Amino acid sequence: MASHDVTRLKAHEMAALLRSGETSSRGLTEAHLAAAERQNRALHAWLVIDRTGALEQADKADRRLAEARKAGRQALDALHPLCGVPVGLKDLVSVKGGQATAGSKILEGYVAPFDSTVTARLREAGAVILGKTNMDEFAMGSSCEHSAFGPTANPWDLSRVPGGSSGGSAAAVAAFHTPLAIGTDTGGSIRQPASLCGIVGMKPTYGRVSRYGIVAFASSLDQIGPFGRDTRDAALLLHAVAGHDRRDATSAPVEVPADLLHLPEGDDEAAAYLKGRRIALPREYFVAGMEPGVAARVREAVAAMEQAGAHVEEVSLPHTDYGLAAYYIIAPAEASSNLARYDGVKYGYNDRSSGDYIADYLKTRGAGFGPEAKRRIMLGTYALSAGYYDAYYLKAQKVRTLIKGDFDSVWAAGFDAICAPVSPTVAFKLGAKVDDPVAMYLSDTCTLPLNMAGLPGLSIPAGLSDGLPVGLQMIGSPWSELSMLRLARAYEGITARAPWRDLDPAELSLTDDPSTPSPMDRKRAIAAAGAPGRQA
Amino acid sequence: MTVAGAVASRYEAVIGIEIHCQLKTVSKMFCGCSTDIDGAAPNSHCCPVCLGLPGVLPTINKAAVEWVIATGSAIEATTPAATRWDRKNYFYPDLPKGYQISQYQLPLAANGRLTFDTSEGPFTVRIRRAHLEEDTGRLQHAELDGRRVSLIDYNRSGMPLMEIVTEPDIRTGEQARRYAEELRLLMKTIGASDAEMENGQMRVEANVSIRPRGREEFGTRVEVKNMNSMKAVERAIAFEIERQAGLIDGGGAVQMETRGWDDPSQSTYHMRLKEEENDYRYFPEPDLPPLITTPEWLAAIKTRLPELPAARRTRYQTELGLSPYDASVIVNDADASTLFEDAVKTSGSGLAKSLANMITGEYLRLVKTAEGHVDPAELAKLVLTIDQGAVSATVGKNIFVEHFESGQPVTSIIEKHGYRQISDAGVLAKAVEQVLEANPAAVADYRAGKAAAAGFLVGQVMKATRGQANAAMVQAALRERLDRSE
Ligand SMILES: [Zn+2]
Repeated sequence: MASHDVTRLKAHEMAALLRSGETSSRGLTEAHLAAAERQNRALHAWLVIDRTGALEQADKADRRLAEARKAGRQALDALHPLCGVPVGLKDLVSVKGGQATAGSKILEGYVAPFDSTVTARLREAGAVILGKTNMDEFAMGSSCEHSAFGPTANPWDLSRVPGGSSGGSAAAVAAFHTPLAIGTDTGGSIRQPASLCGIVGMKPTYGRVSRYGIVAFASSLDQIGPFGRDTRDAALLLHAVAGHDRRDATSAPVEVPADLLHLPEGDDEAAAYLKGRRIALPREYFVAGMEPGVAARVREAVAAMEQAGAHVEEVSLPHTDYGLAAYYIIAPAEASSNLARYDGVKYGYNDRSSGDYIADYLKTRGAGFGPEAKRRIMLGTYALSAGYYDAYYLKAQKVRTLIKGDFDSVWAAGFDAICAPVSPTVAFKLGAKVDDPVAMYLSDTCTLPLNMAGLPGLSIPAGLSDGLPVGLQMIGSPWSELSMLRLARAYEGITARAPWRDLDPAELSLTDDPSTPSPMDRKRAIAAAGAPGRQA
Repeated sequence: MTVAGAVASRYEAVIGIEIHCQLKTVSKMFCGCSTDIDGAAPNSHCCPVCLGLPGVLPTINKAAVEWVIATGSAIEATTPAATRWDRKNYFYPDLPKGYQISQYQLPLAANGRLTFDTSEGPFTVRIRRAHLEEDTGRLQHAELDGRRVSLIDYNRSGMPLMEIVTEPDIRTGEQARRYAEELRLLMKTIGASDAEMENGQMRVEANVSIRPRGREEFGTRVEVKNMNSMKAVERAIAFEIERQAGLIDGGGAVQMETRGWDDPSQSTYHMRLKEEENDYRYFPEPDLPPLITTPEWLAAIKTRLPELPAARRTRYQTELGLSPYDASVIVNDADASTLFEDAVKTSGSGLAKSLANMITGEYLRLVKTAEGHVDPAELAKLVLTIDQGAVSATVGKNIFVEHFESGQPVTSIIEKHGYRQISDAGVLAKAVEQVLEANPAAVADYRAGKAAAAGFLVGQVMKATRGQANAAMVQAALRERLDRSE
């Protein structure tokens, strides 16, 4: 790619060019739309590329920018840096007049009559919504293969998954289709695909970003967060969408730090933040089954931070082992209730052929939901049933309290952050785990405890293993997003000249070739070639 | 012995009542939609939240919460320091989310009681709980293009409801009706609900079982629904008690079922079997944080409570000298009570009994059959006018009726008709004389010892004077005249 290709810019670089008038939002938007349209067949990151809508928003942003430039410095400063910058939305974010399938057949044809709070805040900021990205059905999955509309490929290796459930958003950002995208994270659905695609992704503190208008998976665990190609970009997007919302009773009246817009620019300045920071390394997160390459990259990253002045200590989070089991009770329990509204009565897919409402429900839901959604509805319904509630749901809630207690003791001991792996593996092959739910669930071992505790965490690229990206997870205390991003920015600072920094995804160029098979075709070919292995 | 009496001597009925009241709020329970849905086009009062669209979240209507707390305070219930919301999960097309947000483990009010009068004296029912929940939509079965279809109106979806559940303390249909009436009065007094049964603002359901007298364990219980008036509540329960007794006496068994009350046939009919309890998979609503009820908040709500019916009845008797009967009759009718209160404010408490007579005698009779309105200040003026002897009590009633119907001020009515009271002894004596002459038979009857004849003769004099004669003076004059000439 030519170096003057605007899609290679970071969002904060685009913001600067837009303000100075060196580039227009229309130009940026056109370039990104073109890339997405050209490569989506091979990548399938997008379910909707909204050319018309995006260009309208771009023109509007250009007018706002032009007026502000005319009005002077103050007016320009009053504009959000994302004014005119493209962004992608996971297809569970409601956009008035558009689809929100949540990756499910059962929501096919549904048109949202209202904007989510995240959408409204992005519009207010002037960001340009390019379209809707692919995802695992109802955000249930770690590979994007549970989408009813076909899988997404990882631009690093087109035969591999991008992670999930926000795989479309992660792949689109990694592939330069958009500098920024919104994802949601219920058990790792932002951090794990960020790790597998080699970008930055953050799950904020529960209550930081309004869930209003985001199709719910598990209400007490879901959080909305940003993807970007560096920490500064992720911080800009978080700033745009975060903050209290009276329409979400679980959103918190906590101030959004303005300094999210001012992460240090210089690498050395950023790296200085590491001096004296206390970093905890939880021994339970280096689990059996973790790929040695992943563990090695994480330990190297921590060592580099130590060398730059941080104090690193091993700690124990003793209830980590129970997290997965408890999560797979609480999340499906809430999901079984949240997904009850999809009954074919009011919107979306329906089968009313039987003429009896109970039979119509069964047919609609039987055909409308995919296997993973059904599996979780069954699990959750069972866990909430009379006679099982105490043994499952209530006990899982107790485990949740214990997990939260583990983290609390780390903060009480004065640590600034916990560093850990994100995913036990690098991106795995399409089809490798899709028929083995437990193997798939294990992808979230290191990420879901944060959702259980409501804590903020992010994934930042920390090198490659076998040519595939490995993410480093940074976990903070509640409302410490700014500190986490500063820490991550510091890590970027000390690794600015690492050979793996700012590499193009290895197989991205292949997606320009019209003979490149689609992810679905690849998946079929892999399956036909033999039983999928459990290896990455 | 009546049939019911015979049943009651052998069986004891055990009755629990569940009442749903629509709370009086401007907006729905969890969204901003207006609650003013009477007569509105179907699905005209809906938004993404009350339609349960993907991604929407509920927000609490504080006014609805306060109504339940106020009710709890009025029934001497306790409110927990923190309450929470639970999801009640079930599938039905009128339930847009597939669950109803309700309260399961921590209702806003628990362990209350309500005392009321019955024909057998005062009775107290323990109230287990009162909680807040949202209403569902309504299904309408219709024919469309020759096909039988179900239409759904979601206007009611998300309307705030309070569910009030008693302990199984009630034993008769009358007690059940009186409980429901007293609760309705309480709701209206507090202002929590208009509680009109006719338009579904108040829905009463009863769980009825019977057991042989002296036995501890409960019989099989039947749920009775569709009781659309207070009268229906009493009759449906009485019917159900006899029906169950008849079944058992005939060697049969009561089925666990839901039955509906059918007004035309004055009987209950089978609706559906209740083989086992539904599993609603209740769990804490994750979209709403627990609600903290601070002592200050509870105290403020309690302070705002108006005088409650029980206290008001007592005050009418002890401070205003009303009979227990008049006190109850007036207090039991919210409008009558307001009229009485306002009129007493103008007239002073000395005329309270006269006001009460006019309200229990005339007002409550009139409102049953006619449209009209009474100005409390005019009512006070009328009673004062009668008290001063300016018009007779009989004419006073006529004036009241005319004011009720036309709304004209009392003085205008008096002027228009030239009403005044005739207290001139000479004029009255002449009128008495004429009546005695015209009614020799009555005079003879009186003299033969028929005291009732005197009443007839007084009536004739009043008639002759268009009701304007001072009745007491007429009576005295008549008696004097008849006894004298004996
Ligand atoms: Zn609404």
